[in-house]
Amino acid sequence: MPETDPKPDMGRAASNLPPLSLHIPEPRYRPGDTPDFGDVEIPAVEAARRPSEAARPDAMRELSYGLVRVLDFDGQAKGSWDPKLIPERLRVMLRYMMLVRAFDDRMFRAQRQGKTSFYMKCTGEEATSVASTMAIDRTDMVFPSYRQQGVLIARDYPLIQMMNQIYSNRGDHLMGRQLPIMYSAPEHGFFSVSGNLATQYPQAVGWAMASASKGDNRIATVWCGEGSSAEGDFHSALTFATVYNAPVIFNVVNNQWAISSFSGFAGSERTTFAARAVGYGIAGLRIDGNDPLAVYAATQWAADRARTNNGPTLIEHFTYRSEGHSTSDDPSAYRAADEATAWPLGDPIARLRHHLETIGEWDAERHDAQARELDELVKTTQKQSEKLGILGHGLHQPFETMFQDVFEELPWHLKEQSEQMLAEQEAKFGPNWKPE
Amino acid sequence: MPGSPVSTTKTMNMIEAINSAMDVMLARDDKMVVMGEDVGFFGGVFRATAGLQKKHGKTRVFDTPINECGIIGVAVGMGAYGLRPVPEIQFADYIYPGLDQLVSEAARLRYRSAGDFICPMTVRTPFGGGIFGGQTHSQSPESIMTHICGVKTVIPSNPYDAKGLLIAAIEDNDPVVFLEPKRIYNGPFSGYYDRPVEPWSKHDASAVPEDYYRIELGKAATVREGEALTILAYGTMVHVTRTIVEEMGVDAEIIDLRTLLPLDIDAIERSVKKTGRCLIVHEATRTSGFGAELAALVQERCFYHLEAPVERVTGFDTPYPHSLEWAYFPGPVRIATALTKILKD
Repeated sequence: MPETDPKPDMGRAASNLPPLSLHIPEPRYRPGDTPDFGDVEIPAVEAARRPSEAARPDAMRELSYGLVRVLDFDGQAKGSWDPKLIPERLRVMLRYMMLVRAFDDRMFRAQRQGKTSFYMKCTGEEATSVASTMAIDRTDMVFPSYRQQGVLIARDYPLIQMMNQIYSNRGDHLMGRQLPIMYSAPEHGFFSVSGNLATQYPQAVGWAMASASKGDNRIATVWCGEGSSAEGDFHSALTFATVYNAPVIFNVVNNQWAISSFSGFAGSERTTFAARAVGYGIAGLRIDGNDPLAVYAATQWAADRARTNNGPTLIEHFTYRSEGHSTSDDPSAYRAADEATAWPLGDPIARLRHHLETIGEWDAERHDAQARELDELVKTTQKQSEKLGILGHGLHQPFETMFQDVFEELPWHLKEQSEQMLAEQEAKFGPNWKPE
Repeated sequence: MPGSPVSTTKTMNMIEAINSAMDVMLARDDKMVVMGEDVGFFGGVFRATAGLQKKHGKTRVFDTPINECGIIGVAVGMGAYGLRPVPEIQFADYIYPGLDQLVSEAARLRYRSAGDFICPMTVRTPFGGGIFGGQTHSQSPESIMTHICGVKTVIPSNPYDAKGLLIAAIEDNDPVVFLEPKRIYNGPFSGYYDRPVEPWSKHDASAVPEDYYRIELGKAATVREGEALTILAYGTMVHVTRTIVEEMGVDAEIIDLRTLLPLDIDAIERSVKKTGRCLIVHEATRTSGFGAELAALVQERCFYHLEAPVERVTGFDTPYPHSLEWAYFPGPVRIATALTKILKD
């Protein structure tokens, strides 16, 4: 061909259009700024309709973009999503949330005192895991991420076992193998926490598929943050869940921050996280994650839906991470100092307390007494746990347990390596190194 | 032939033997499920699951989305529930999107939960070249698997072993990667690609009991006894090596490893100490291949018995080429050259 006919569009692009530009998301507020969330849209409580648990996902898409609420800012429970819990149940919920906060505060301090290597608080997010757990059966299986201590506490898992795990001490049934807070509690329907992000998502779907294939009536719930919803595993899980109509509830805790990366790096500038459900043909609910009654109502709706073979639900808990990601980061280095107090949806414990007081079922005196009682409980339990050892002070698991549970049986190469490690201890500490 | 028949035997190729293992286990254990791309109604692209869905039902044998992370991740969850999943990854080359679920989840679950949860999963996957599969349908990733702590790696070389090993893998309470050498699905391969394919029916190991039997994991098989040198091989290369050894009239002892992890170190040590020479043959790329591990173990344990340096015959460190497949494959010339060298030293 002769060289006569250059592509006409090429010339136009070069001459008339501005150059391409790459968008790098940037949070609105950084250290030194005064945060103002006045433009965060908070629809009226009555705005979100409650469809039937059997509704088709395509007939309820607006709930993926709205905000399911129950507790109004006047302290009243309102609207079609109100689960109408009796006051005693509300007090139990408040107690669990307060216990989570007391536990977090003390374990955070224990890490700062050098008693363990790591801790993660869930301050401001207590409603998500506590209320969600209260809305499902105790036999339902939870596949947690790393910030769901509220699930264990709401299922009355012994606090001392959580502490023993945090200290990797002699009482840690995980043998000191896991980073603090990576609990495992099968008898409490709590799957082993991985530490790799969103890997539990397809696993929960597999568990739910197994339950369905066996004609069981148990369902699975699974948790991740908005940040890790970007992982491939998240999308694998939603694909499998929609294909097999698996009885599973997907929880995305949108607490706005993934360590120092704001939710824009997971796509929040373009759409909601609940809207991920729309593309998969899954029911999606975007809810006020600081409203324990909204969390309860949405979870109960999704659980009923799953248990009646109506398939999976994705719930976005719209909330705010009041503290750092973990003990290893300093949030004042990357975000405005007052974001948590400026957050327009308030604090979940304060909101439930306000509600109980508004309906005349709680008062400041009882609240303060309960706070003191829970602090005392946590403190006493901590003392018991520390008798079994704290990290790095010798009361760890026996050395040879390092090689157990790689496989069901110990193969020859691990036997050899175990003997080598024991000989190294003897070389280090002398012939009588082994404690009785 | 190892073991003794416990039931009527039937002549089977490797695909039929693998199919029979899953058929027997699906009938014995209602917790077992088979899942993977195209494994259901169609019966798998290599036909390994043919007829299983019809016989055992759609909730026991079913198709999956094209999503290996999902396939392995879902299988981990099923195992946690109490099922015994046997996912198929259509080609070993496709396993990489599921590798995190294998490495960080399946392999670690027992350890990290101190036995609270286990992963009794067997991942079946065809691997290896010699079928003009190009660089994405020919790879041998066994050393990636053996480098993961908490996973067992099994590679059969004939129909009888394939069935017995697959049953043992399915019954194992830890994750097993079961790599099937696809070049020998239909017949043992001599290494001479220009010769007609010999069907399995002419081979002793095609006599396969129709019922249940196990071959324990971690046990090698001595394919050929000899005094001149020890050859360590597995999968397709067992047959290629044997052809060359017999053509050259070398008195080689050929050990078919069958399980790479846990490895049968006693069988290796016994043989190398007897012969004083060791040749390792695999199709996978050379650098950091499983041969490197074998060579290190042999020199650590048999150094004073060795009369010649340990030799490796392997694929080259390139992607598997399509048109130049037979220049890549560690075939008769490469093996013969190494044999001549190791016997001369």
